[in-house]
Formats: sequence, C-alpha cells, structure tokens
Amino acid sequence: MHFGLAGAARRRWKEGAIQSALFVCAVVSVVTTVGIVIILGKESFGFFRHVSPAEFLFGTRWTPLLEPRSFGVLPLLCGTLLVVAGSSLIAIPIGLVSAIYLGEYASDRIRRIVKPVLEVLAGIPTVVYGYFAVSFITPMLMKAIPATQVFNAASASIVVGIMILPMVASLCDDALRAVPQSLRQAAFALGATKYEVSTRIVVPGALSGVIGSFVLAVSRAVGETMAVTLAAGATPRMTLNPLESIQTMTSYIVQVSLGDTPAGTVEYQTIFAVGALLFAVTLAANLGAHRVLRRFREVYE
Amino acid sequence: MNVKRFTATAAVAAAAWGCGGGGGQGESGGLGGTVHIDGSSTVFPITEAVAEEFGREHRDVRVTVGISGTGGGFKKFLLAESDINDASRAIKEAEADRATAVGIEFIELPVAYDGISVVVHSDNPFVDHFTVEELEKIWQPGSTVQRWSDIRPGWPADEVRLYGPGVDSGTFDYFTEAVNGKAQVCRADFTASEDDNVLVKAVSGDKNSLGFFGFAYYAENETALKAVLIDGGAGPVAPSFETINNGTYSPLSRPIFIYVNRTAADRAEVNAFVDYYLEHARLLVTEVGYVPLPDRVYDLARERFAGRVTGSAFLGKETMGVKIEDVLAGGR
Repeated sequence: MHFGLAGAARRRWKEGAIQSALFVCAVVSVVTTVGIVIILGKESFGFFRHVSPAEFLFGTRWTPLLEPRSFGVLPLLCGTLLVVAGSSLIAIPIGLVSAIYLGEYASDRIRRIVKPVLEVLAGIPTVVYGYFAVSFITPMLMKAIPATQVFNAASASIVVGIMILPMVASLCDDALRAVPQSLRQAAFALGATKYEVSTRIVVPGALSGVIGSFVLAVSRAVGETMAVTLAAGATPRMTLNPLESIQTMTSYIVQVSLGDTPAGTVEYQTIFAVGALLFAVTLAANLGAHRVLRRFREVYE
Repeated sequence: MNVKRFTATAAVAAAAWGCGGGGGQGESGGLGGTVHIDGSSTVFPITEAVAEEFGREHRDVRVTVGISGTGGGFKKFLLAESDINDASRAIKEAEADRATAVGIEFIELPVAYDGISVVVHSDNPFVDHFTVEELEKIWQPGSTVQRWSDIRPGWPADEVRLYGPGVDSGTFDYFTEAVNGKAQVCRADFTASEDDNVLVKAVSGDKNSLGFFGFAYYAENETALKAVLIDGGAGPVAPSFETINNGTYSPLSRPIFIYVNRTAADRAEVNAFVDYYLEHARLLVTEVGYVPLPDRVYDLARERFAGRVTGSAFLGKETMGVKIEDVLAGGR
C-alpha cells in the first residue's frame, strides 16, 4: 500500500511536468510572435517620430537612400501588389482546376504521379526559383516582348505563381475531398454531368476551404522574398506595367539589411516600418480569410 | 593509483595545451597575430587579393577584411576597432577632427585609381561623347530626360533606358558626387543592380541603354559595349588605363586609399602587411581590374609609410581627376 501511494505521487508529478513542458512549447510560438511585434513596434515608433504616418502611407515617392529623401511607401506596396496579382492570376485558376481534375476526374495512376510532383514543386527553395526566373524566364520574355526590361515584375510573378500553385492545389484538393460523396451521388442520380457536379455541387460545397486556400497562397506571395529580390529589380515605382523593374516591400528590406546602412539611422528604421506594414498586410489577409471561412463554412454530418 | 595516473595525465595535458597557441608569436617563430581591416567595398577586391597572397607567405598572420562601406569603416577605425580602413574617398573633415579628438593618428596611403565608364550599346550610332552638364541633366533627381532627344536635340526620340549600380555601391556614391555634386543625389527611376555583371548584360542587350559602372567591368567586356567619351571641360576623353592614370579622364577617375592606424603600424604584422601591400600593389591592382598608380606614387607612398607621416594630404581637396604625385609631394 505504501508502494502504491508513492508511485501515484511520482506519476502525478511526472504528468504535471509533462503538461508544463508541452505548455511551454505551445507558448513559445506566442512569445515569439509577441517579441516580433514588440520589436517592430518599437523601431517603427522611432521611425514615425521622424516621418509622419500620413507621409509614409500616402506618399508616392520612395527614396530613403537617395537625396532628396522621400518616405512614401506606396511604390513598394504597388510593387508587392503587382507581383501578388500576377502570381495569383497564374496559381489560382490552375491550382483550382488541377485540384478538381485530381479529385473528380483523374485515375489513380495519374494521381499517383501528379501529386508527388506537386509536392516537389512546393519543396524547391525560393532562391532557386529566383535564379530560374532570371536565367530562363526573363530571356524568354525579352525575346517574346522586346519592351521587357532585364528586371521585371512579370518574371517574378510567373515564378511566384509556380511556387504557390502546389499550395492552392493541395489545399483545394483537401477541401474538395471533404465534400461527402452523397452530394455527388445525389446530383448524378438527378442526371447531372460530371462537369455540372464538379462546378455546381462540389466546388460551392467546399467554398470555404477553396477560398481559404486562395488567401493562404496570396499571403505566401505577399511575403515572398528571394524570388522577387532576384528577378523583379530594385526600382521603386508606381506602375501597373509588369514589364518594368519594380521593388517590393520584401526586396527593399533585403536591399537595406544587406547594405551598409548604419544602425539607428532613419534609413535603418525604414526596415522596421516596412516590415510592420508587411506584417499588417499579411495579418489583415489572414483575418479576412477567417471571416470568409466562417461565413461559407458548411458543416457536413 | 588511479588518482596519481589521472594527475600525471592532467599535468601533461596542461603543459601541452600551454605550449601551443598564445599571443603574437607563432610556432614557426615568424609573424603572428591578426590584422583587422574594414571599409570600402570598392577597395575590398584589392585588399582581399593582397591578404590572400600575404597569407601564403605568412601563414600565422590572420587578416580579416570587412566591407562596412567607407563611412561605416571609418566609424570603426575611429573606435580603434580596425587597424586599416579601406576608403574609396579621402577622409572627411568631420572624420579627421574626430580622429584628433580621440587621439588616433592615421597614415593615408593611395593604392589605386578607380575610374567609371559611361557605356551605351555597342551598336549605338549617335552617342560618342557627353559633357558633364549633359550627364547631370540625365541623372539629377527630378530629371525629365526620358528620350535621347531630351539630352541633345537632333537625337532620336527613342526612350533612354538607364542602368547603374545600386545605392550601396561606392561607385554609385562617387558617380553621383562627380556628376550631381553630392553623393547619393540621383534620380530614382533607373534600373539598379549591385552586380556589375548584370549591368553589363543589360546594357549590351538593350539598344537604347545608357549605364555606368567601374572601368574594370568595361575593360573586361570591351567588345560588347561602347564607352562614351567624357568631356570634363578639356575636350572628350575616352576611359583607358593611361587616361585614368594621368588624370585626363576627368572627373570620373579618382584615387582610392587605405588608412593605417599609426599605433597599429608599429605592430610587426601590420607593418609587414602594409609593406607587402604597397610592394605588390601594381601587380595585384591590375589583376583585380583596377588601374594602378604610377610607380613613382607607390614609391612616395612607401616613403610615407616608412616615415610614419600622419595626417591627410587630400583633406578638403578635390580628389576627382587629380594627379596624386602632386598632392602627395606637396606635403602634408
């Protein structure tokens, strides 16, 4: 009996220790996020003492490293959005359609080949994509359209699109598979064609997951750094022409942090201000995604 | 008995450990220690080449070369965190004053010439020379030059595509200072790249291109590019080893320097390194692709170092297109 009690106490202590350890692991992510937010906030606060937030958010000239200095971030935002729009145009339609094909139409054999290849595409390092864009896509574009510059947004968009394609495809695939077979069979029973079933029953039934995948892919494209740094250029400008060289928020951060800007100066603080803006944009996208997901969520019994 | 054996082993190990390593004397009995160098990314290739060759002869001396930029490097130099500062410009008044304030004396040594070539596509039929005023018109901030006809009436109305190094580049600082009067004053809408090879490729592939980069890159790709003659007031001059060397390719040629901490210079390894640098500069500078100084100037520099002559001969003076001999020989 003595034995039993001592064993129980030790077991309780062990269970308590394990619970604490797991809690600490879970809390690490929260602490890290809080830490990042604090650092971004602190340095951005320092930045906004020199530059008014209005000038930062609404100015159209971004020359923090050239004289005369201007701190209007819109060109960077414009560059990021241009690349995101271009890559979404590629990844979203193709990704969704691939998912529909793999889920509804493809034979097992084709599925077994295509799915792993998609995974491989997802695993390629982004710097390799950037180099691929510069050495393969850009020359091809320059031959096809002579007005293309040596750094251009189109090349970066194409490559980022290829990069986020697997994400869209596999998330849509999961979402589509969650739609119960009974719905499909009911539709077939009513005489619908496979095409009608896929587009009018399955996709709407998985809408929240599908849109969620789009938003996740867009978030990824917003934060994409290496590919755009290598391929899109370093010229901040407000333009919708994808054949020109632009600069995104992420590649600006790379440019300044790899350069010889002394710490503590306004130029250095722009890294954090732009980083905070990037964080805010991604956060807004994710929050928006949650909202949408909740609205369209279908609960299948 | 175990304790005795353990103590004996520990004693032997400690003795062996104490013998190795330690201080400025290497095991070969030759030079040892570390030489800390930082500063300009423009001068870096030369210093790095010298460090490599020097390291082959003196295996126990560690030479570290950083690239914090000329300004960043001076900051470290004035905190005595580096022994030598690579500089693509002469020391500024404020920096020299600070040196006096903190009691750091420096020895200023020119090591090479840096020239900038302005280039266009090799098939460009109408551009042969630019005046400095025209260059300023093209590159100033807020410039309205979009077409060739905006530069000089009579030229075609095709769009000019501008290429140049990015804002972190010493070449960029230097070009903007020479053309626009102040470093980093420049229009913002040109295609920038830190990688000069990318610029070469871009200019040689675009019929309407206009770019600038270090002379070394033009010299390596002469067949693919066309160098524009620059008229600095005395007629158009083409960039070449000779014209950069004798200062006639102006204002786009200038000397680059190393600054040696006077106290550090008394350390055997630093002394040996700087001597080696000046002795082999001509060869290594050419190998790296920069323009070497005339032999006379290297001799003057060696005398300057041997005599530990401190202070800057270039302070407050123009360094664009000057004849170094005159400045150095002119004394402090």
